[in-house]
Amino acid sequence: MGQISKRRSSVSFDYSAMSFTPPSDPVNRKSEIKVSQLCELCHCRKALLRRPKNLQKVCKLCFFHVFETEIHNTIVSNKLFHRGEKVAVGASGGKDSTVLAYILKLLNERHDYGIEIILLSIDEGIIGYRDDSLATVKRNQVQYNLPLEIVSYRDLYNWTMDEIVACAGVRNSCTYCGVFRRQALDRGAAKLGIAHVVTGHNADDMAETVLMNIFRGDVARLEKSTAIITQSTGSPIKRSKPFKYSYQKEIVLYAHYKKLDYFSTECSYAPEAFRGTARELMKNLEMQRPSCILDIIHSGENLVLKPKRQKKISPSEVMEVRSDGAVSLGRPSKFVDGNTCERCGYLSSNKICKACILLEGLERNRAKMTLDTDTSTGGAARLTRELERLTF
Amino acid sequence: MVSVTVEFLGGLDVIVNKQRIHQVQIDEEGVDMKRLISYIADQMITNKNDVEVFLEDGSVRPGILTLINDTDWELEGGEGYLLEDKDVISFTSTLHGG
Ligand SMILES: [Zn+2]
Ligand SMILES: [Zn+2]
Repeated sequence: MGQISKRRSSVSFDYSAMSFTPPSDPVNRKSEIKVSQLCELCHCRKALLRRPKNLQKVCKLCFFHVFETEIHNTIVSNKLFHRGEKVAVGASGGKDSTVLAYILKLLNERHDYGIEIILLSIDEGIIGYRDDSLATVKRNQVQYNLPLEIVSYRDLYNWTMDEIVACAGVRNSCTYCGVFRRQALDRGAAKLGIAHVVTGHNADDMAETVLMNIFRGDVARLEKSTAIITQSTGSPIKRSKPFKYSYQKEIVLYAHYKKLDYFSTECSYAPEAFRGTARELMKNLEMQRPSCILDIIHSGENLVLKPKRQKKISPSEVMEVRSDGAVSLGRPSKFVDGNTCERCGYLSSNKICKACILLEGLERNRAKMTLDTDTSTGGAARLTRELERLTF
Repeated sequence: MVSVTVEFLGGLDVIVNKQRIHQVQIDEEGVDMKRLISYIADQMITNKNDVEVFLEDGSVRPGILTLINDTDWELEGGEGYLLEDKDVISFTSTLHGG
């Protein structure tokens, strides 16, 4: 495995990549506003949206205020940060992580958390997809004046996603990418001496995961999926989700009203299909009853099974899941799981971690295949993208 | 006749020649959102396979945020809203990866 080469992007990057077109400002302003159209919080400005969680009609300024304040409250009540902490934002260039980086910087200044924020991006090596989204992250770096670190799959695993797809097929790409990306963020953070990674997972993502785990009857994952902080024993890296209770719709609206620059194209290898069905179901449920997203999270949080065997209850409020599947009691604000991988030393609930198992399979195939790397890197992704465009 | 700005955001521009902002003029009287949506589906979406990315059962697909002059269209009367000159209508996909 190769050395990790840290690329600290300098501020003097190519401004010609500044291709962001912000949404237009409306020019039609109604001079007359009916009382029924007023914001239900300030009662003086026109309401622009109805909040999905409580159906309250609010104006733009009140929306900013309540949206930001709720995230601040989530951060404070769950004690996500401590003063002097270095925090890496897992930055993909997409809407969630872009809004997260923006809001964390804002709240850190407004409420003086005293944290140091770094953008951490993973370059999966998907030509035409990741280059564009990385360009967005690089613009965010300048727009928000935050340091950026990029760690690549090539550096970490000696494989790019394009090569993996050429070897293992498009169908499995999300499995590989998911496993590798999770580790990549932790490994990248560890390399930089950062012990806390925040990700942009929102309420919709979480409710969807809860639904999927209920359908699958996956109890261990169900409990883990609603924890706002996750950390494995022996791991220096803590993960948290400040957007746990934030609606996707509001995140998108926030980005829209603030004219934040984010990247939005499907991953070349995951057109719609990824989590597609659960997501469609969620969106249709939300239409009937917008609060259902928070309701499902709430259900997930309270679906805690009795432990199979009574084990010593840890004194902290940390919940522990051991490799035999036993769960210790305690509030599920944190999730901890056991061992480390025999091969790479990375935390894993099994003897050998998923990434190492996948890598082993890939290496075996690489030996068999005569891989022309040059065409595979450009070719596979491009071809998939072309195909996707045809059938989008 | 009405002339409005229509925007396709959050990755939705892929269905309209990858162009985010469009000036749209419809030479009819009393154009409402329902008419604009059918106009987009018939006249603006280049590949007919993409219509289902935008519409489901004849209405805007859940997961697409529709704004009329930055106001959620539900607060403006939804499909029945009568377009006025210079209105800015935006459609934003909320489903693309975060
Ligand atoms: Zn207000
Ligand atoms: Zn391993």
